[in-house]
Amino acid sequence: MGSHYEAPIRTPLVTGNKSYHDVSVDVARPVEGRANKHWWIVFSISLAAFLWGVGCIIYTISTGIGTWGLNKTVGWSWDITNFVWWVGIGHAGTLISAVLLLFRQKWRMGINRSAEAMTIFAVVQAGLFPLIHMGRPWLGYWVLPIPNQFGSLWVNFNSPLLWDVFAISTYLSVSLVFWWTGLLPDFAMLRDRAVKPFQKKIYSLVSFGWSGRAKDWQRFEEVSLVLAGLATPLVLSVHTIVSFDFATSIIPGWHTTIFPPYFVAGAVFSGFAMVNTLLIIMRKVCNFEDYITMQHIELMNLVIMITGSIVGVAYITELFMAWYSGVEYEQYAFLNRATGPYAWAYWSMMTCNVFSPQFMWIKKLRRSIIFSFIISIVVNIGMWFERFVIIVTSLHRDYLPSSWTMFSPTFVDIGIFIGTIGFFFVLFLLYARTFPVIAQAEIKSILKSSGDKYKKTSESHE
Amino acid sequence: MSNHKVVHAFYTDDDVLLDAVKTVKDAHYHIEEVFTPFPVHGLDKAMGLAPTRLAITAFMYGIVGLCVATVMMNFIMIQDWPQDIGGKPSFSYIENMPAIVPIMFELTVFFAAHLMVITFYMRSRLWPFKQAENPDVRTTDDHFLMEIPAGDDVEALQTLLKETGAVEINLTEKH
Repeated sequence: MGSHYEAPIRTPLVTGNKSYHDVSVDVARPVEGRANKHWWIVFSISLAAFLWGVGCIIYTISTGIGTWGLNKTVGWSWDITNFVWWVGIGHAGTLISAVLLLFRQKWRMGINRSAEAMTIFAVVQAGLFPLIHMGRPWLGYWVLPIPNQFGSLWVNFNSPLLWDVFAISTYLSVSLVFWWTGLLPDFAMLRDRAVKPFQKKIYSLVSFGWSGRAKDWQRFEEVSLVLAGLATPLVLSVHTIVSFDFATSIIPGWHTTIFPPYFVAGAVFSGFAMVNTLLIIMRKVCNFEDYITMQHIELMNLVIMITGSIVGVAYITELFMAWYSGVEYEQYAFLNRATGPYAWAYWSMMTCNVFSPQFMWIKKLRRSIIFSFIISIVVNIGMWFERFVIIVTSLHRDYLPSSWTMFSPTFVDIGIFIGTIGFFFVLFLLYARTFPVIAQAEIKSILKSSGDKYKKTSESHE
Repeated sequence: MSNHKVVHAFYTDDDVLLDAVKTVKDAHYHIEEVFTPFPVHGLDKAMGLAPTRLAITAFMYGIVGLCVATVMMNFIMIQDWPQDIGGKPSFSYIENMPAIVPIMFELTVFFAAHLMVITFYMRSRLWPFKQAENPDVRTTDDHFLMEIPAGDDVEALQTLLKETGAVEINLTEKH
């Protein structure tokens, strides 16, 4: 098996002596089996949160944006904080499947399917916020380049908000297609295993009649590679353009050129943290410890550590540039962030995002499941605060001291945010029961090089 | 072809399959199709399949997207209804172009990705309600299937396949 040789010092990525058939059985098990009590409990809580969010959205739309805590000074707050937070989380899936594909990182294969699912579900949550904030969401199609009814007045393509519409819709649709194309062979596996006629019908519908011909696989691999090549600059462009929403304005604290790389690093950071949160639970619940191994979690932790440090450098650069610019408005904006009435938010952000990932330098901690889980939650709290700090602290003390104010969220602000978290988990839990959550075809293709069963036999032959 | 019978040879290992494909090829048999549960590297070359040109189509679709974006932006922002937005130049496309770069990029990616995937689905005949054509359900699990037209001397072919390590050999009617 010369072509499958991999150095013995590389940690196996699939443990438990798996054969090809074992992989099919393991991946199909959560789909073919029945949901356990824990699934129903978590699903019910998520559904309740989602319905509460739906109620708050209905209240917002029927009454108006005045139900939120916004005022004339702080005109953007939780809505856009949540939007940027969710878009950021929605970056990890494409990063894992596209960038790691281009770098030929085999460890992506155990986690890419769920990371991409998470991406799509997170972008759906993000998309809700601009839509709700429009006030009249049924006129949402006005962002499309169509002339209005009064003549040929077009949307403003010089506005970063419109670039965002194009970036996020391209990202969502391309991610969806990338995900589904990768799913075809795995749906086909479920289809061919299905015994109940209804399941057979559904999986043959969604597998698009995938048959696994040699020519199909050749095209499949080429398409995956080209999509990865397209998705890599795309994913970087999305958060870059989201950061333009702020960076192209002239608000002190927003008007900084470091925003694009800083936002992208933050997005990778929070996205990987969310992947860790979800997969640490999933590997336990679905018995995927042999596919999502300690090695996977450790590598994710290393990415979190590095991107967290990049984010830390960005925070410090921002402070330095504010001081070095000599612009007193800029200087005040940052002084106010760190020492003003929102200092608690700033220092929460600093603690969660810059200090907490540094623990990952210690091997024992980054190989601890419970510690990785806690850090992944802490990081996402920190990243929410980052967006809150950028948005609210830059606005709440504007040029006119008489209009200085604070922001306090109403129950509607909180309800909608909790609702999107509920919606996200509803989608993810449904996905976990019906989709092949591990890219089994890809896992089978690395089984001989990275599975412990074959690694052991190739060592014994030497 | 004198008859429509085909021989299905099943394998359970991708390396054995790859060697078998080479042996069968060398014995001057025509391999109709190979069904595998996962991509087997080198199989397309061993079978003598031509390289796919999907990447080239993606490049061309990307150029189409870039052109669409350029023409659309020039028409909307410059020709049809120029507006003074923050003093940005609105009467010359090339001067307003930097503000349009994100749109040009996104539409390039949008066209390249979606049209390439649609081309792939059309060429490989994949769409909802399409019936699967793999002859045996095990080929999406852990079996590899080689389909060879039976020809006149079935016995010789079956002996050859047995030698290559096939675990099961069936003579069936081609659908």
